[in-house]
Amino acid sequence: MANKDFLLHFQEFDEDDDDGLRTSKGATRVTIDDTAEPQKQHKPAGPVEEDEESYRNDDKTELLSGEKKGAPFWTLDYYQALFNVDTYQVKSRIVGSMVPWPGKNFVHLYIRSNPDLYGPFWICATLVFAIAISGNISTFLKSQGEPNYKYMPEFRKVTMAATAIYSYAWLVPLALWGVLTWRQSKVVSMVSYTFLEIVCVYGYSLFIYIPAVVLWIIPYEVLRWCSILVALCLSGSVLVLTFWPAIRSDRPRIVMAVLLAVVGLHVLLAVGCKMYFFSDAANAVHLVPENIIKATPTIRTN
Amino acid sequence: MTDSRGAVCGDGAFPSGTLAFAGLSDVSISEDIPVEGDISVPVGSQNVDDVFSTLDEPVKDTILRDLRAVGKKFIHVMYPKQSSALLRDWDLWGPLLLCVTLALMLQGGSADSKEDGGPQFAEVFVIIWFGSVIITLNSKLLGGTISFFQSLCVLGYCILPLTVAMVVCRLVLLGFTGTISFIIRLIVVTASFSWSVFASTAFLADSQPANRKALVVYPIFLFYFVIGWMVLTFSPSQ
Repeated sequence: MANKDFLLHFQEFDEDDDDGLRTSKGATRVTIDDTAEPQKQHKPAGPVEEDEESYRNDDKTELLSGEKKGAPFWTLDYYQALFNVDTYQVKSRIVGSMVPWPGKNFVHLYIRSNPDLYGPFWICATLVFAIAISGNISTFLKSQGEPNYKYMPEFRKVTMAATAIYSYAWLVPLALWGVLTWRQSKVVSMVSYTFLEIVCVYGYSLFIYIPAVVLWIIPYEVLRWCSILVALCLSGSVLVLTFWPAIRSDRPRIVMAVLLAVVGLHVLLAVGCKMYFFSDAANAVHLVPENIIKATPTIRTN
Repeated sequence: MTDSRGAVCGDGAFPSGTLAFAGLSDVSISEDIPVEGDISVPVGSQNVDDVFSTLDEPVKDTILRDLRAVGKKFIHVMYPKQSSALLRDWDLWGPLLLCVTLALMLQGGSADSKEDGGPQFAEVFVIIWFGSVIITLNSKLLGGTISFFQSLCVLGYCILPLTVAMVVCRLVLLGFTGTISFIIRLIVVTASFSWSVFASTAFLADSQPANRKALVVYPIFLFYFVIGWMVLTFSPSQ
């Protein structure tokens, strides 16, 4: 079973424990720092006490989730089970979503029957504003010198990005969960995921787009496409490695179809965001309103 | 106050070798000591009534008292030392005032123009209120011990530095143009943004378990960052 080796590789407590005790000033750096230190995840297994701690936390989460299962869905307790994560868990999940490791399953390695909605929700929120803000900055940088250009905050981009990102992070997992459940009724598979686990995987897999989107501010197309490629390779392979065991025993044609759909939608999101929010055509759109404004008085006088 | 005097006497002479509770049967109230006292109900205390009744005071006093409470909380936000005052008696008047002021000042152009401009009044309003509700729910779900409206109150009051920054930005935009205006606004907004985050975490971070503090502080950071961005990018349409 994969369970044996993931427990041995659960080693990220030493850096996270003191982080939890850090003051709130350091807290804002959490998501940013993680990109810099993926290497630390590959260290051999930590000391024995840390493993014991992970066991204890496992027990606790199991007890808590077992206790919360009875709560009806309109109470706060029901949702508290979905936010039952600590800082070090979120950090390790974020790092895990960016570092594909052959043979390691993201769900088994990091989520382990405790899927959270904290990461997916706030990663999506961060990505929405990162796309909107850096798209706006890149438009500004591109058309700075033009005489007709007047800076616009382009708040509409926030709405567009929010619609795109949140629908991707919820509808695609829903569809995938539907397909996996349907196939499992026909083909017996060893691995099965719940809907929340799939949402969690998808939410965390979006994290790598945040640094990528911030890089897109720099107006070099080559750099942008390179960062898209890197981000896609990393998070796409984590997705494929995660869902591979769940559909492995199915017919090859369906396996290919599902994996292609997963990767294809992931590519589509990245390329779509790049084309819509960072394209050259965006300039033309913003020069049009000036003409309209100039045109309106003449229409009115006529 | 109820004041009763009496005496309960046990005779204290337990036979040796009995159980501990056996002595209870010997407890008796001796007849010759009277059980007496007087019960007074606090009805006629005039002083308490005078202080707390708001029925027959002028409306001006009521409004002024509320305004004074709001102003006191503004001072607490500006000097976030006494952390309990803002939490103890929450109100939503200050947040409403700040939110409406900010949204009104961010309203640049007219809503029906085709320009892809800044946020409209309703958008600012929704971002501030929904944002703080979601952050509050987030901290409740992570196991925070603070009550819902206390957290809303703190998050709302801590917009104050950014509202001040908005006023400064408007004034700067009147006087300067181009790069100088942008640099001044950038400095002002950055300072007030860090002030907002610092003040709100000073109030809210203690209510969280230590190992989840970062998870609660990050959404607050994002919230004020977005508001700060809206303030910074405000450009009045001519």
